[in-house]
Amino acid sequence: MYRYDEFDHQFVQDRVSQFRTQVERHLGGQLTEEEFRPLRLMNGLYLQLHAYMLRVAIPYGTLSARQMRTLADIAETYDRGYGHFTTRQNIQYNWLRLRDVPDILQELADVEMHAIQTSGNCIRNITADPFSGVAADEVEDPRPTAELLRQWSSLHPEFSFLPRKFKIAVTGCRDDRAAIAVHDIGIRVVRNEAGEIGYEVWVGGGQGRTPMIAKKIRAFLPKKALLAYLEAMMRVYNLYGRRDNKYKARIKILVHEVGIEEYARRVEEEFAALDASAIAADAEEIVRIEAYFEPPAYDRLPARAAALENAKKNDPAFANWVSINVGAHKAPGYAIATVSLKPIGGVPGDATTDQMRLLADIAERFSLDELRVTIEQNIVLPQVRQDDLYAVWKLLAAVDLATANAGLITDIISCPGLDYCSLATARSIPVAQAISRRFADAERQRLIGPLAIKISGCINACGHHHVGHIGILGLEKGGEESYQITLGGDPTENAAIGERLGPGLTADQTVDTIERLVAVYLAKRKPGETFVAAYRRLGHDHFKEALNAAA
Amino acid sequence: MARQDALYILTANDLLEGDVVFWSGAGWARDHRAAQIARNADETTALDAIGAAEKAARRIIDPYRVEVTLGADGTPVPVRFRERLRTLGPTVRLDLGKQAALRANSLL
Ligand code: SF4
Repeated sequence: MYRYDEFDHQFVQDRVSQFRTQVERHLGGQLTEEEFRPLRLMNGLYLQLHAYMLRVAIPYGTLSARQMRTLADIAETYDRGYGHFTTRQNIQYNWLRLRDVPDILQELADVEMHAIQTSGNCIRNITADPFSGVAADEVEDPRPTAELLRQWSSLHPEFSFLPRKFKIAVTGCRDDRAAIAVHDIGIRVVRNEAGEIGYEVWVGGGQGRTPMIAKKIRAFLPKKALLAYLEAMMRVYNLYGRRDNKYKARIKILVHEVGIEEYARRVEEEFAALDASAIAADAEEIVRIEAYFEPPAYDRLPARAAALENAKKNDPAFANWVSINVGAHKAPGYAIATVSLKPIGGVPGDATTDQMRLLADIAERFSLDELRVTIEQNIVLPQVRQDDLYAVWKLLAAVDLATANAGLITDIISCPGLDYCSLATARSIPVAQAISRRFADAERQRLIGPLAIKISGCINACGHHHVGHIGILGLEKGGEESYQITLGGDPTENAAIGERLGPGLTADQTVDTIERLVAVYLAKRKPGETFVAAYRRLGHDHFKEALNAAA
Repeated sequence: MARQDALYILTANDLLEGDVVFWSGAGWARDHRAAQIARNADETTALDAIGAAEKAARRIIDPYRVEVTLGADGTPVPVRFRERLRTLGPTVRLDLGKQAALRANSLL
């Protein structure tokens, strides 16, 4: 795990004391609400529907056991015993008091965490493949790159007041678990024909009101050119991105309006004029960063653990969990375990203090002290020995964390929606819960296979509904909650924006319609064909009958 | 006195605690049923002025008016679903928010 250097420490500690003083000055009358508001937002503190909400950054989704324990402590001491993991690999606390926030930020700083740049028109938390460093098919661990970008983008003076917020995602794999195609900038670590490692760079993807798939701007960018090239990309956006209308201010609109060729031309021109060597991180710093992400000393193990095979034979529930939630690890005898935060009928992404503490304990004992947060709002134990999986599973089961549904129909992404969010137009969590209960049967879920349902409570699309195989968008129509279904979205290397199925539905009709959509799929799929593959083959109209029955 | 059809109450969040609060006429109440109701244009304008002044005094943040109707017992009921939720708490956690206390006292 990356550890802060002196500069990082100083920067975060200074920020905590600054904020403490700002809170005091606000309460003492020296700062008005108008003056204080941007300061609190710069530190991740929002006002939500019922209370203050603090959004804490989890850089590239990586946590140590100690950090997870602190997150649990904060939930227990200052909140109501739980936190909400988000689709941006962050955690949010829902019930904070302003007077406690400086202390909370101090506790975070003590474990090298903060809430800086989790709000505002700046470069937000850099997200990454949750399987970084352990995926079997990885070109290179993308986290040193993500860390470099974190340092570069933190308090970058030129990019602290962009036309709009800016999100960057990084992956080192062909299988895209970081959704780089729907980010402002997406970066994939690749190897060229000469065997050199560099970056494929994508730009102008995004969700929200105007969903767009990113366009490739560079097929191969040499590693050392990364910061200079990104600086050129950001500079062109900063100069030409619209500031007259916040709905047209994201980079996707600029790229769309001028065209990728013209945008690329301006970037290349800027890039050629930049002093790239002055912007590039110095070699020593890169070596220092990379050292933190060196692969750990793995035990030498056989590719398949006999203990695992035995446990699977003796315990079918465990075998089921392994087949659904456990993935291939690059080291023989190890595995990547996904811990679902989607128990049947639960609130997607919520974890209690006890659950967080148990995850920390498990990570320490069984996963080389590492945890990851996924954009699907789950937790990953990335470094588990196969022969420890059974013990891990039993521990997880004791706190309702052993749901075998990763990637299945009940592994639903849901934003907080109107139950918490002040921007929401409808609730999203209750819809997720109703679908989860409807499809609770484990055998039925297996039969249906991979199917990603994603729900947002407003057009901002924090619940990624545009890229759900089935997407659900909550709206307000005539004072009532109304839900809009989209089909065929995909956040991966085959990225696609979902297509609208028809007019708005009530929550109950939505659940029934999903049931019928699944029935259409099951009736028409070819052997082994997933929902989204069948959708692509059959076409949108084939699924419309499911909607008509609802009317 | 200028007439108006709609009824309003004034809401905000407590500056320190973050809690949803309602202007009672003499201070901020946690319970919306204690809210003062503006029944005409003058009273509505007065509510807006109170919101601005209370914000400037740093007791609350984000004050705004909420349209209400009168319930059977004469207490205000917000028209919009969003605002009804703010008087209760998250529908997915009935143990949290204002509804928790209401439930404990069998008022809900
Ligand atoms: S999608 Fe809308 S409702 Fe959901 S969290 Fe984002 S802003 Fe809030």
